Amino acid sequence: MSVLVFADAANGKFKKSAFEVVSYGKKVAEQLNTNLVAVTINVSANEELFTYGAEKVISVSESKLTTFIAKAYSSIIKQVSEVENATVIVLDSSIDTLYLAPLVAVSLDAGYVSNAVALPTSINPFTVKRKVFSSKGFADTIISTEKKIVGVAKNSFGIHENPVSGTVEEMSISLSDSDFGVKSEKIEKASGKVTIADADVVVSAGRGLKGPENWGMIEELATVLGAATACSKPVSDLGWRPHGEHVGQTGKPVASNLYIAIGISGAIQHLAGVNASKVKVVINSDPEAPFFKAADYGIVGDAFQIVPELITKLKAFKLAQ
Amino acid sequence: MKILVCISHVPDTTSKINFTDNDTKFDTNGVQYVINPYDEFCLTRAMWFKEKQGATITVLNVGNATTEPTLRKALAIGADDAIRVNAEPNDGLSVAKEIAAVVKNGNYDLVLAGRESIDYNGGMVPGMIAFLVDYHFVNGCVGIEVDGNSVMLVREIDGGNETLSSTLPMVVAGQKGIVEEKDLRIPNMRGIMMARQKPLQVVEPVASKNATEVQSYQKPAPKGAVKLVNSDNIDELINLLHNEAKVI
Ligand SMILES: Cc1cc2nc3c(=O)[nH]c(=O)nc-3n(C[C@H](O)[C@H](O)[C@H](O)COP(=O)(O)OP(=O)(O)OC[C@H]3O[C@@H](n4cnc5c(N)ncnc54)[C@H](O)[C@@H]3O)c2cc1C
Ligand SMILES: Nc1ncnc2c1ncn2[C@@H]1O[C@H](COP(=O)(O)O)[C@@H](O)[C@H]1O
Repeated sequence: MSVLVFADAANGKFKKSAFEVVSYGKKVAEQLNTNLVAVTINVSANEELFTYGAEKVISVSESKLTTFIAKAYSSIIKQVSEVENATVIVLDSSIDTLYLAPLVAVSLDAGYVSNAVALPTSINPFTVKRKVFSSKGFADTIISTEKKIVGVAKNSFGIHENPVSGTVEEMSISLSDSDFGVKSEKIEKASGKVTIADADVVVSAGRGLKGPENWGMIEELATVLGAATACSKPVSDLGWRPHGEHVGQTGKPVASNLYIAIGISGAIQHLAGVNASKVKVVINSDPEAPFFKAADYGIVGDAFQIVPELITKLKAFKLAQ
Repeated sequence: MKILVCISHVPDTTSKINFTDNDTKFDTNGVQYVINPYDEFCLTRAMWFKEKQGATITVLNVGNATTEPTLRKALAIGADDAIRVNAEPNDGLSVAKEIAAVVKNGNYDLVLAGRESIDYNGGMVPGMIAFLVDYHFVNGCVGIEVDGNSVMLVREIDGGNETLSSTLPMVVAGQKGIVEEKDLRIPNMRGIMMARQKPLQVVEPVASKNATEVQSYQKPAPKGAVKLVNSDNIDELINLLHNEAKVI
């Protein structure tokens, strides 16, 4: 018996969420009195996972996987889980992992709980708390199948060091043609930009900014903070900003450490998608804006006056650090 | 091309969420139900396939009789017929098994579903269907074109897009981008009248065992009051974010 964690990587480098799920998996393994095994695909710096408690890392190198292919990845995770006799599989919530997770679940006939926000509250029955209703509720959910899959919501457990001396084992996995039924043709990415999924800080702006020409200060604020930029739904519907920046219930979910909302009213659908952020700051000229009720810090005032001043002061603050 | 669009019946996005029966059940009191927003984008894309490429559209829900108005709405938008699998949708894997049985039975070329349902946010049913019926699968799809048997797709990835190619039959989980907000259709009077005549078939479930079960629900802890900072005291905000919240 073991607990298996898939440590997701991009271009051979672990995503931050990989360290979070290894930290989580380590605790689950302790609860179950068993070992933690991590599986990685096309990563060389596997030793990094020892820091978070992975005693054993199964390293799969596959030259056919120059890009992410969900079916092939799921097939690798399934096969490793069988070799390692894993009863619990822990996954992160990256876009790629969300794509492969249901495939792994069915291939093992395993119950799958996504959006888990805490460690299992009970091992028998195996019970995990997950977010439901777009963060408007939580559900303690029992997984009753023999094999269990837990998808950990981003930034909900945190990264915890737990250094162990571990081993890395290479494993070769056989993939079939049917694992490659979907082919990657082209990848387009804004280079050098912090993505919403990876960002510790997200700077987001809404219709209060009046027009696309006013986004210069939002981008500058994001640069100063090393943040990703985001926007409310009408802003992307109006074409002021690209769709990829739309956050909220029907857009991208945000679970950053700091979320700064500028000229966003705080409609229920917007809040549903960003509430998981740890600290929320609101800048809005209307003291009655609903977002103030969901925020930790707020400034009532004109964004066109406050944001430039915030940029100047933050630059000075960063220099003084 | 035979298209199946999976329609999840969910509380309107403005709904207040409450729980009853000792916090073991979702409180449906006063809740308005709608087609899951992601599924609505997919249904609209299916309509384009129907209008431009002569596809037929079946809409499907796994649920009890209370979901029928939602299926009728999908018929009013333009789907040709509807199927309701008469089962309580309590668990992603068993819902997927029900849908897979319908897909096998109907030999659909393209199954469209939403990236996630906004009630239970599982994000799992479409991928599970694909694996169960052995169709190719793309998740988080923001663009799809079908030419004969070949399919070109775009999916959202961190910080950008990926273009993919595959072949029918496929399961595709879509989201905004597969069509735009402005393309969504509101059923007109004629559509609503016609929907009443269209077939809505009720089928009995294959009844698989649930893999998961909700024991109890909770609401999030109430939020403390916001700390307001004066607009001429930006230094104080920076101080709070650095020393109190420790986020910068
Ligand atoms: C099914 C459905 C799904 C939806 N999903 C989403 C979603 O995922 N994400 C989302 O964001 N929305 C979503 N919405 C839309 C949502 O209901 C709101 O309409 C939207 O969030 C409002 O965007 P906003 O706050 O930018 O604009 P507004 O509501 O117009 O608010 C603008 C704000 O800017 C403030 N302001 C104006 N001028 C200034 C200034 N000079 N300085 C500072 N502040 C200023 C105003 O006081 C106001 O509070 C959804 C709606 C529906 C029906
Ligand atoms: N009970 C259901 N009936 C029909 N389709 C469903 C049902 N539940 C989920 N789906 C489909 O699967 C998608 C993802 O749902 P989920 O995995 O529950 O987040 C939804 O957007 C629907 O298209």
